[in-house]
Amino acid sequence: MKIEIRDLEFSYPAGIQALRGITLTIGSGEQVAIVGQNGAGKTTLVRHFNGLLQPTSGEIQIGGWDTRKYSVAKLASRIGYVFQNPDEQLFSRDVKTEVAFGPKNLGYPNEQVEILVHEALEMTELSDKTEMNPYDLSPTWRKMVAIASIISMDTPIVIFDEPTTGQDAANIARIANVIKVLRERGKTLITITHDIDFCAENFERVIAMSQGKILLDGKANEVLGQEDRLATTYVDPPQLTRLATRLELNDTIIREDMFLTELHKKLTRTL
Amino acid sequence: MAIVNLQNVTYRYPLTDESVLKNINLQVDEGEFLAVIGPNGSGKSTLCYTLAGFVPHFFKGEISGSVEVAGLESSASTLDEWVMNVGLAFQNPFNQISGAKFTVFEEIAFGLENIGVPREEMKPRVEDAMKLTGITDLADRSPYSLSGGQQQRVALTSILVMQPKVLVLDEPTSQLDPIGTREVFGVIRTLAEKGMTVILAEHKVEWIANFADRVIALHEGQIILDGLPGEVLTSDILLEKGFGISRYTSVARKARAIGLWKNSNLPVTLDEAVDGFKR
Repeated sequence: MKIEIRDLEFSYPAGIQALRGITLTIGSGEQVAIVGQNGAGKTTLVRHFNGLLQPTSGEIQIGGWDTRKYSVAKLASRIGYVFQNPDEQLFSRDVKTEVAFGPKNLGYPNEQVEILVHEALEMTELSDKTEMNPYDLSPTWRKMVAIASIISMDTPIVIFDEPTTGQDAANIARIANVIKVLRERGKTLITITHDIDFCAENFERVIAMSQGKILLDGKANEVLGQEDRLATTYVDPPQLTRLATRLELNDTIIREDMFLTELHKKLTRTL
Repeated sequence: MAIVNLQNVTYRYPLTDESVLKNINLQVDEGEFLAVIGPNGSGKSTLCYTLAGFVPHFFKGEISGSVEVAGLESSASTLDEWVMNVGLAFQNPFNQISGAKFTVFEEIAFGLENIGVPREEMKPRVEDAMKLTGITDLADRSPYSLSGGQQQRVALTSILVMQPKVLVLDEPTSQLDPIGTREVFGVIRTLAEKGMTVILAEHKVEWIANFADRVIALHEGQIILDGLPGEVLTSDILLEKGFGISRYTSVARKARAIGLWKNSNLPVTLDEAVDGFKR
């Protein structure tokens, strides 16, 4: 499902202007990562998508729905939002009830709810923890419960707010796998992240924001290679990109396979 | 001289069946900077709590073996003796800031007030600690109006002002953005250079490689590796056990398999990777 944003401006009631004219289209089935320093407007922007915030001026259309004309509850059928902190999201006594809450609330028939819950639990590797209280799980697994409880709603668009914060390598790999599966299902995915290596490895398109505006927008390797411009919003290029730059390899490198290919080319040239 | 000495320490939280620390033996010398790595659930936080006396004095549960830190023996001391000697910084500064004070200055003085330090001594101690962590200009701000990096530095300062002999840091940057992370690691480096004994649980291996004297790897409550950062952080065992490793290590290992990395050692940092690949 497509997201269209036109001339979006937003000021918080205290008068701070957080968004200063954003025009942007995110196509159906795209995977977009939004990066930039704290205060750049990333969260403010995505909170407009599901109507948690309303534009001061400009407009947003979610699959043709103007967010000013639809309630947050209505928009929830199109957009799922995984919060940064699972503890702000979870409230049920057991994992299964938690994960079933969203699809039930959206009015799916019972058999459909069962299927969606089952799939979501499987995708997040929680199938053996369905009876547990989410608060008896480690923070790592609580994060997976938070993710499962949103993807079980089967919305065409899913937003992840800082999915890797505080997670270890194994869980980051699990989250990357969820993103991969959702991509294969044609979902539109948007992630806010400071984890630039995760962003490089899992997202095709990257938007860098700075001071309420879009600074860069393009393919991941095009955006993440612009070291000087990224520095203005306090983003460092991915580790492999920095290494490739120092080694003067051709192209902007964001993944290991690209790195090894270019390194090999360079070495065969110099021989 | 060892300022931390753990012998055969095994620990289990109350109402649980499994030990989270299993037969831990660990000596840390005075002035040493030790980093602790391990997946979530490996026992990193519990080890930090043990070093800081929260295990077992606050969390209760069952502990065996002996724990000695800064001249105190765990079984023969109380938590209030312990907190005078060992400082612990939590993952999330929100959990640490008292909520009872209106300014950063007062927040940092809070611990000293509690132990009855005279006013004329308190003021210079707070000022010195703030200078050390570079937050002098935040003195009159509310602790809650600060960025994450600033808050974590305030939390650290409120520990340093107590002049602990050992500083224990449990993933102090896990909730922070890259700027905040840089600010906090800057402070940690300053402290280590001043000769403070620092024990840091952390996922961010590139920072560890740049700072730490020594690294231990925890897995399922046991120390599975103990050595220099360059050795531990590039060990094949980390890969097998699902630890996070630096992208530089990872790509060099793959390059080595196809003959494109010639060094005997794998890199952890950018500079090491650049040097190695240029050969």
